[in-house]
Amino acid sequence: MKLHRFSVSRIVAVMLKEFIQMRRDRLTFAMIIGVPIIQLVLFGYAINTDPKRLPTAAIVADDGPVSRSIIAAMELSGYFAFTGSGDGFTTEAEARAMLARGDVNYVLTIPPDFERKFVRGETPQLLVEADATDPSATANALGAFTQIVTQGVSTVTTGALGGMKPGGAPVDIVLHRLYNPEGITAYNIVPGLLGTILTMTATLMTALALTREIERGTMENLLAMPARPYEIMVGKVVPYIGFGFVQVLVILLAAAVLFDVPMVGPMSVLLSTTTLFVAANVTLGYTFSTLARNQMQAMQMTFFFFLPSMLLSGFMFPFRGMPGWAQAIGEVIPLTHYLRVVRTVMLKGGGFADVAPNVWPIAAFLAGVAAIALFRYRRTLD
Amino acid sequence: MSDAPIIDVHGLTKTFNGRAVVDHVDLEVKRGEIVGFLGPNGSGKTTTIRMICGLLKPDAGDGTCLGLDILKDADRIKLEVGYMTQRFSFYEDLTIRENLDFVARLYELKPRGRIVDETLARLGLANRQGQLAGTLSGGWKQRLALAACVMHQPQLLLLDEPTAGVDPKARREFWDEIHELAAEGLTVLVSTHYMDEAERCHRIVYISYGKVVARGTVPEVIAASGLHTIVVKGGDGAGLVRKLKGLPGIEQIAPFGNDLHVVGTDERALAASVERAIAGTGATAMPDATSLEDVFIRLMDQSTDNFAPAEQRP
Ligand SMILES: Nc1ncnc2c1ncn2[C@@H]1O[C@H](COP(=O)(O)OP(=O)(O)OP(=O)(O)O)[C@@H](O)[C@H]1O
Ligand SMILES: [Mg+2]
Repeated sequence: MKLHRFSVSRIVAVMLKEFIQMRRDRLTFAMIIGVPIIQLVLFGYAINTDPKRLPTAAIVADDGPVSRSIIAAMELSGYFAFTGSGDGFTTEAEARAMLARGDVNYVLTIPPDFERKFVRGETPQLLVEADATDPSATANALGAFTQIVTQGVSTVTTGALGGMKPGGAPVDIVLHRLYNPEGITAYNIVPGLLGTILTMTATLMTALALTREIERGTMENLLAMPARPYEIMVGKVVPYIGFGFVQVLVILLAAAVLFDVPMVGPMSVLLSTTTLFVAANVTLGYTFSTLARNQMQAMQMTFFFFLPSMLLSGFMFPFRGMPGWAQAIGEVIPLTHYLRVVRTVMLKGGGFADVAPNVWPIAAFLAGVAAIALFRYRRTLD
Repeated sequence: MSDAPIIDVHGLTKTFNGRAVVDHVDLEVKRGEIVGFLGPNGSGKTTTIRMICGLLKPDAGDGTCLGLDILKDADRIKLEVGYMTQRFSFYEDLTIRENLDFVARLYELKPRGRIVDETLARLGLANRQGQLAGTLSGGWKQRLALAACVMHQPQLLLLDEPTAGVDPKARREFWDEIHELAAEGLTVLVSTHYMDEAERCHRIVYISYGKVVARGTVPEVIAASGLHTIVVKGGDGAGLVRKLKGLPGIEQIAPFGNDLHVVGTDERALAASVERAIAGTGATAMPDATSLEDVFIRLMDQSTDNFAPAEQRP
């Protein structure tokens, strides 16, 4: 018998075996298809991106017709619902505690002397603090705020204080978005979701690929047969790339249906870079499984990788706002580049030339982890 | 091919946690030979077999398997060796047929479909080929594993307790088949705890706590032990044992049904002590051939004494 350097038959053997096992493992199968759908449905329906009647506290240091009409206009707009005892006014300490606890989404502060300055045309300040931890909850209300105030004020200027001159901004509105300065939009979430779901599931699935064989005792048999490390790697990785691809299609379809996310650029660019991205994550998972001694370790490694992917890729925080060292780490992570690719293609209509600078880092990552996997693959039971 | 040994290894040593579980083992197996590998639990049989087929790296020692260096040519050795693991290690979530297909593809067997069909037919599993391997009974799993590891027609079979849990009829069939294959030139190294299987081997190697302590044909091993046996029939068994225990020359007493096997190295002292003990009890004593089992029990007792401190280390 001859030992071929590279055997398609052996790769097919491993691929088919993995595929059958994956299909029989109902839970994993359900997870692969179910997780993206559930996430998208949650984002699409359960999470209202234009919520109304959000609880608001008011600190009114100067009660008068102007401040009252502003508050009335805010309530009228439907975005704000004032809470608090009696007239709805609270003390500063109370309001701040409510905001921190999440009891209210906004705190409106009308400073002392507000009425007097307004009447004199001194453009008094009006402070709105918003809990922007969930930016989609506050973005629309804040966007509409200036107009709401202008409207509220106009009822005063044309009514009781009818003699006042129009023109200029009557009030200087100061907006403070607390906790999350970048205000991520739904368009930003979908590509991010695509990337994070793939990072998580693709990596995790293959992270268990070898450790499962070790724990079930099948590794001894596999090692005793003439399969080479790269044949096992390719055979184990390819079926999961296929699965990742199914997930991608599910997410894109749902994104189009639920969100009307535009698809400006060429689909071919998106799909080919997505395949590369999935391959990188699946191979990373496989590498984890060559390093881990058991499934628990493999899972921990996956989560350990998932965290910086979420935090440093620009999904959670604006990439350019991060300190240099964090950006340096972020540049290594495939998700960082993939997010840029997806935004470029889906939202800005970029083509191959536009995404190329972000494609090769993913390819380099893939090559790097594959090399580690082949190097670390244990050919014996030691 | 020439008469070069199929397995020829020297000084194989494997250390786990500072304890040499295989300690300078030499092993030579010739073409067409069936060699039984025996020894108490934890004596290093599995470890030795794994080193021979390249699954473990020896800490010391070297040698060849099928004329190939076990340290450098593991990949090529694997092509010609069928290794049946002690623990069932095929895929329980694959069907019988899928498992065989997987193996056939890994060995690039052609025509695959026919080879798998034939294997299934020979096993008598053709009409259960769609059953998940995990749902097979223990004995059937063993038979499936054996079928899978001879499918690529290896030159050497390394079988690690292949008949554990297999019923007597299937065991007999299994050994008949092994002998047939050996007659055609297949070489077999088989570990077992069964005496009758040891007696079916051309040669046995007995390993204890990592060291080979006896080897040769069954009569050779028995002779080398220097043991003599007297079979005591009749009388009150339990009372006799109490009487015999501690008498000079008596080293081992084992009940076999209603008989007692009394064993010792000093033939004369043994005979005298037995005579004394049975006097007036109505029991009769007769010298008999020493059984392999008595020899093994003797070997186990000896080596436990020598290695007890090492064994107790964590
Ligand atoms: N991977 C390992 N790490 C640490 N110790 C090990 C390892 N593998 C085997 N051992 C130890 O080596 C010794 C020999 O084990 P081995 O499995 O070779 O015995 P065996 O002769 O096959 O026993 P059995 O008849 O029970 O199958 C045992 O004490 C076992 O605990
Ligand atoms: Mg064993």
